[in-house]
Amino acid sequence: MIPEAILRATRNQPSFLASIVLLAAVLFIGVFGNWLAPQDPFLLNPQTVNQGSSAAHWLGTDEFGRDLLSRLLIGVQPTLLVAIGATAIAGVFGTMIGIAGAYGRPLLAFLIMRSVDIMLSFPPILLALLAVGFWESGIFSLAVVIGVLYIPHFARVAHAATLQVSRMEFMEAEHAMGASARRVVFTAILPNILSPLVVQATLTVAAAILLESGLSFLGLGIVPPEPSWGQMIGTARGYLGQNPMYVIWPSLLLALTVLAINVVGDRLRDILDPRLREE
Amino acid sequence: MNASIAGALLLVARKLLTAIIQLFVVATLIFSVMYIMPGDPVLLLLGADSNPSPEAIVSMRSQLGLDQPVLSQYFVWLWNALHLDFGKSLTNGYPVANYVMQNLPRTLELAFAAIIIAALIGVPLGIAAALKRGSTRDTVLTSIATIGISVPVYIMGTLLVLFFSLKLGWLPASGYTDISRNVFEHFRKLALPALALGLGLAASIARMTRSSVLEILGRDFVRALRAKGMPERRIIWQHVLRNAAIPIVTIIGLQLGNLMGGTVLVEAMFNWPGLSTLLVGAVSARNYPLVQGAMLAIAAAFILINLVVELLYSLLDPRIRRKRS
Amino acid sequence: MLEVRNLSIAFKASVGLKSAVRNIDFIIRPGEILGLVGESGSGKTITSLGVMGLLPPNAVVTGGEVLVDGVDILKLPPADLRKLRGRHIAMIFQDPMASLDPIFTCGDQIVEAILLHEPIGRANARRKARELLEKVLISDPDRAMRSYPHELSGGQCQRIMIAMAVACRPRIIIADEPTTALDVTVQKQVLELLRELNGEVGAAILLITHDLGVIYEVADRVVVMYAGDKMEEATTADLFAAPRSDYSRALIDSMPSLGRNAERLPVIERDPSGKVSSVRPEPRPRPASAAPVLSEGDRPLLEIRDLCKSYWIKPSPLAVPVEMRAVDRVSLTVAPRTTLGLVGESGCGKSTLSRAVIRLYKPDSGQILFKGKDIAALSDKEMRPFRREIAMVFQNPYGSLNPRQTVAQLVEAPMVVFADGDAAKRQRRVRSLLEAVGLPATAAQKYPHEFSGGQRQRIAIARALALNPSLVICDEAVSALDVSVQAQVLNLLKDLQAEFDLTYLFISHDLSVVEHVSDTVAVMQKGRIVEYGPVAEIFGNPREPYTRMLLDAVPTVGSMRGGKAAP
Repeated sequence: MIPEAILRATRNQPSFLASIVLLAAVLFIGVFGNWLAPQDPFLLNPQTVNQGSSAAHWLGTDEFGRDLLSRLLIGVQPTLLVAIGATAIAGVFGTMIGIAGAYGRPLLAFLIMRSVDIMLSFPPILLALLAVGFWESGIFSLAVVIGVLYIPHFARVAHAATLQVSRMEFMEAEHAMGASARRVVFTAILPNILSPLVVQATLTVAAAILLESGLSFLGLGIVPPEPSWGQMIGTARGYLGQNPMYVIWPSLLLALTVLAINVVGDRLRDILDPRLREE
Repeated sequence: MNASIAGALLLVARKLLTAIIQLFVVATLIFSVMYIMPGDPVLLLLGADSNPSPEAIVSMRSQLGLDQPVLSQYFVWLWNALHLDFGKSLTNGYPVANYVMQNLPRTLELAFAAIIIAALIGVPLGIAAALKRGSTRDTVLTSIATIGISVPVYIMGTLLVLFFSLKLGWLPASGYTDISRNVFEHFRKLALPALALGLGLAASIARMTRSSVLEILGRDFVRALRAKGMPERRIIWQHVLRNAAIPIVTIIGLQLGNLMGGTVLVEAMFNWPGLSTLLVGAVSARNYPLVQGAMLAIAAAFILINLVVELLYSLLDPRIRRKRS
Repeated sequence: MLEVRNLSIAFKASVGLKSAVRNIDFIIRPGEILGLVGESGSGKTITSLGVMGLLPPNAVVTGGEVLVDGVDILKLPPADLRKLRGRHIAMIFQDPMASLDPIFTCGDQIVEAILLHEPIGRANARRKARELLEKVLISDPDRAMRSYPHELSGGQCQRIMIAMAVACRPRIIIADEPTTALDVTVQKQVLELLRELNGEVGAAILLITHDLGVIYEVADRVVVMYAGDKMEEATTADLFAAPRSDYSRALIDSMPSLGRNAERLPVIERDPSGKVSSVRPEPRPRPASAAPVLSEGDRPLLEIRDLCKSYWIKPSPLAVPVEMRAVDRVSLTVAPRTTLGLVGESGCGKSTLSRAVIRLYKPDSGQILFKGKDIAALSDKEMRPFRREIAMVFQNPYGSLNPRQTVAQLVEAPMVVFADGDAAKRQRRVRSLLEAVGLPATAAQKYPHEFSGGQRQRIAIARALALNPSLVICDEAVSALDVSVQAQVLNLLKDLQAEFDLTYLFISHDLSVVEHVSDTVAVMQKGRIVEYGPVAEIFGNPREPYTRMLLDAVPTVGSMRGGKAAP
């Protein structure tokens, strides 16, 4: 029923279809960016510093004369790795914690959810900044740090969804037939809280991309000369006067990607939300 | 009547107590983080490259109180923090509290300016979209809002600078002027960072306002009011919006809380000397007391704002204000 | 006067329109109560919303007229229609609490309703509001004026809604299931109030309900609807004495009714041509393969002794928590292969009791002797073998089945939990269970949402029987079902009892259903058993005033008891 609803949405809503196509393209570039790049993204050329579009450099060059298009293409991969890695970490641990917070013993549940509240009292960007400020920065550590920071958000969603499922009579039915906690979690809770978790995952991918690009923008994320979109925007800000298109291209790509994820997330929420579906 | 006043007082007391406990736990975490994080402040302070003598290290340790047991350091730190004494900056010996007190109002000002812009734009647009659900107006507004939440704040900031500073030359691209020196210049420099933050927030407030209003519009009592023959306009203003105000106020308050520290990118790109700027500088300089002080200030501001929001929420909503007796 | 002529309403579907109501017509005259009765999906509520011009955005009137004093209100401009609402036509809804704005006091809301159509000034309106509250017999009208909806009970909220509805002395009152969410005793009071006010105000009332008993009690005439069509229109006396349409007859027959204890309930059947008939199915013979009935003497299967279970609640935010005894020293026995009916109003503790027996809760004190062994204080692990023997069927057929599992997975779940047999054996068992509850074998691979409420309850019953339990607890197991479906499930439960030697603990708020299924009955009030005995004794000769009050409150159809004469 849900796959059909998604198929129907792709047919009826052009924005949804466009977003999926765009995300597929971004994913493709993330995997094959190194082969797609028309020129060497690391080749310095003092002759072609900060140029606009030309036949040689379709999107122009950066402050070291490197080909912007090539750098944009290979800049996708680190961003995607960080975003997907972070979402995986946040999703797995956040879901576990959220379920424990709703279904665990009362004292444990209380402590877990209070800790989640306290972790939520810091904006993620600030904690990320602290963490990468003290530790070294790189794809792996960024993914871990961002992932850990979004665990409480995931836990909140999993917690609320589990509480909702816990009130359903089929949970009582499981307990009445003597089902083990393991069975209850894996057959009764998890399949039934999957929908909000999927939506939360799309939101987390978007948030992680924004967070990584924000850190890279500040020069605390992906370390040069390895490019990432946020870092390119940060650097390009210094050359707004000389080459305004330098800042526009990565900004456009980043915003479009996040927009596509948000559109997909919104649609999924509409499709997966049972309250909306029954209408 | 008396019982309801007593109930409200009890509610305030309970929320206050929760906030205090939360602040205490956060303070403990902030203290302990400094001991988990790598790097020895003493070596950093003396300059690890200059190969300081063991005596210098020992004397510096005792000077900083680092030779005490961790637990007693913790209590001393906590006791001092209670008196708003966060120690001295490692770089120049200046009291951390002074830095915090100097930069906190600037972050607060930026945050409030941003949230006011966001609320003034976001709430009316959200309501306008919800009241005409499914119309072209709704589609357009919803699309703009979705685009709005997808544009990172620093891109928004860059675009604003490109347009208002570089192209039109109306507003300065960055910087800060104290209000006591030049009021006009102060607000001119506040404008772009506040807009950069506020526009993105406006989009997310508009989205949440829309769904709150839609949720209320779907309730049974709205149908009952229509059945009573109440004019639609009055149903919206007197009942739907008043009910929707409760979640909307909460959303705005939570966003404001998130701006404590959430302003970091904007502060950095517009050279706005607020709390997060202080924190970023302190982190890169490994200036531990300053890091602790700034973090504690951010957390305290966040917790305080949330407390106010929760109290406001409970006062607005009779279902919480007056539990069924 | 309200006249509905040839009204047709359809829902907008993804392709074209889907007809919901076809060619309905009826007339209500001043001072008359017209009942509009039908099962879920009959289109009765959508008809009433169409009459008010309050259809949801996805529904449209495709034809017909709604005449109020000769004026077709479907053609009125919205502003004129709005003036008619509240002043001329008032409406009372099913869920009174949700129909009041939660952030205004009830007093303010009544005043607002008065001022909407009668500009008499705020002070006068307040006085009038208070008078209205007195008229609807609310206890402590001053307190009710100050209260927010959440501070009042459902019955009180419905009285407020009624006060608002009659505030401007409307000519027509539309009441949509006004008592469905209320207890029987409250239902009775609200219905009496409606009828009294009707006599006084002289309004025409359109009473929409699924409950034939309610119709029988208060309506003057009845319109019966089925699947969007009008089946019959008759005076109430005629309808119950000699229903003309097959559907009406079948509907009346399938309703268990106090004092009309029949072994089998007739069920409604539709043949392929769409013709409706009432069939009284024969009981299924006990299979020859079944074990002979063991005589176990008088030893009860389940014996509850002095069972207590309390909750701690705070009466007000400042107060010390006080003990609320949900189950208060309850003692009961259930003999093997019999049914104990446990009846009581909402909040009386019957659900808590049933959940304590299956040990979803741990009782505070007392004993639960199952086959002579006390299971009240067993640990989860010690309790495990007993979970084979005790099964439960829940109230809500939509909530008690995990929507992510197939019917086969659902039914075999108890066997999986107890690691009973291999996959092939379990599949065979699932097939035979589905057959026993009257579902086709093809059902096994489907998901619950593909079934109707009654079918889902059959799935839940199949699951309960998977491990051959001896005790089955049915917690309001037929309350969420339509009358005709309820009859089928009740018949099934009786068949299965004979076939599988089952003992039932049957919990319900519905006295007629309890009378129909039970051998012994326990009446519960505020955590205590107030009366307990054989079914004939309790219903025929109730000793406790509370039992008598409950019985008296039940709207009865053609009953010879309770001082009501048959029509």
